[in-house]
Amino acid sequence: MTPLFEARGIALADRLRATDLEVPAGQLTAVIGPNGGGKTSLLRALGAIEKTAGSATIDGETIATTPPARRPRLVGFMPASREITWPIWARDIIALGLPAPDAQRVEELIALLELESLADRPVDRLSTGERTRVLLARTLAPRPRLLLLDEPLSNLDPYWVLRMIEILRSNVAAGAAALVALHDIDLAPAFDRALLVADGAIRADLPPEDMLASEVLADAFRIVRSEEGWRVSPRADRRSSP
Amino acid sequence: MIRTTLLLVLMMLALALAHLLTPLAPITELRRSAPDTAWLLLFEIRLPRTLLVLGYGFVLGMTGAALQALFGNPLASPDVTGSSSGAALGTVFAAYWLGATQPIVLAIAGAGGSLGALGLMVLLAGRRAETTTMLLAGIAIALAAGAGTSLLLALAPSPFAFYDSFDWLMGSFVDRSLPQAAIALIPAALCCAILALRSRPLDLIALGEDVLASLGYDPRRLALQVIVLSSIAIGACVSVCGAIGFVGLLAPYAARRLSRGHPGQALVPAGLIGSILLLVADIAVRFGPEGRTIPVGILTTVAGTPLFVWIVVTMRRRVTS
Repeated sequence: MTPLFEARGIALADRLRATDLEVPAGQLTAVIGPNGGGKTSLLRALGAIEKTAGSATIDGETIATTPPARRPRLVGFMPASREITWPIWARDIIALGLPAPDAQRVEELIALLELESLADRPVDRLSTGERTRVLLARTLAPRPRLLLLDEPLSNLDPYWVLRMIEILRSNVAAGAAALVALHDIDLAPAFDRALLVADGAIRADLPPEDMLASEVLADAFRIVRSEEGWRVSPRADRRSSP
Repeated sequence: MIRTTLLLVLMMLALALAHLLTPLAPITELRRSAPDTAWLLLFEIRLPRTLLVLGYGFVLGMTGAALQALFGNPLASPDVTGSSSGAALGTVFAAYWLGATQPIVLAIAGAGGSLGALGLMVLLAGRRAETTTMLLAGIAIALAAGAGTSLLLALAPSPFAFYDSFDWLMGSFVDRSLPQAAIALIPAALCCAILALRSRPLDLIALGEDVLASLGYDPRRLALQVIVLSSIAIGACVSVCGAIGFVGLLAPYAARRLSRGHPGQALVPAGLIGSILLLVADIAVRFGPEGRTIPVGILTTVAGTPLFVWIVVTMRRRVTS
């Protein structure tokens, strides 16, 4: 079976070494890695947000050359920033995600993300967590085949962290795939696959449980797993502390 | 939205007619004594003025809305970014130092000056700068361009340069000809038409440049297009009518209230509101003291300053709340 998403030799000068990646439909992938390791760069490169070397295709369609009328159906990207300058209503932000007006789809998403009471308020007046839900609704609106989400679970309360994972799960079950950058590595077991990104390259590609137990993860994050949870690795370079 | 836009078009046309016919007395008198002269007065003297006010107001509103959308900043406008001052500098340089007299050359010089100022602002502050950074860079450029304009006039070969250009510098529509109006308005209309076609990406840029790029648009190209098109439109109008403040700031602000905050959908309404504001201002200056002309730019600045302060204060409240 051919994969839904296929990247060959994707690279960004100074930030991402040449990377190959294949993702089948139905897969929920966690992208983890230390700060500044290249999680965001990887997502940006895969989604053709920056000009990259190499090629990335979805079902054989090259992302970078797909015009604006079609592109939202291929890729949905949600950046880590939740800032919106203008006082646009939450409902209208969701509608901006659609290539053509579709009031019914907007209502569906408002119901899905329980935004009824926020829909007619300007998005700059919402809390960061509320805005995160609105922006995720915007990203899901055109039913993209590949979701690239940068820290979508940050700023959310526990209920919404669990709900979001369920929502993503049902999206990929409908034939999409998602790459989700995660801050909290303990959430990784809810995913099907984990990519460890550090120093501008994918260092490991494992099932999440194996990843959390791996040496390469402990090395990259400079932490070790113990009975009581994660601890700073005794081998870690502590030059910065006195 | 379409209904509101149509309403604005009707208001603009009604005001344009009122502008063309104000003051009415000379026309009715001439119609009785010399009907040919009445037509001459309407078409040769009043029509270019009405067209220029309508067109320049539209340019200020629309380019203001486009620049504000691009920079993600409700204070970016032709005057605050230094773009109008740059256009004035370019025009004065061409007129008094290169001795250019053809309107087309002056318009090109104006566009060049405007482009230089906007380019410098992007260089100094960056494309998505903080409001204050952009404001300070814009003020610095506007002050420098203003001082440069004064210096060029003070040192100009013609000793009457300052006196000649006072009305123009303050922004004025008095005694402009139809060919002059054409030089300003034809390039301005073309640029505005192309800008209006960019309203979808200018809405989407509200979601961030990364999201815009992920939806298949090139943010750098969009920025270049908006800056170049705005510069040409502003430069051409400034070269004929001088720099006019505040319309480009206030019209987009009002238009976004009609577009429910959408910065791109606000482009056309902002143009219409700009026309309406400038038509009202230029009708109002006709009622000044007998025999004296008040440059319309002074009126827009006097009326616009309190509104500007109000926007700044409400912005600060929103940031701190």
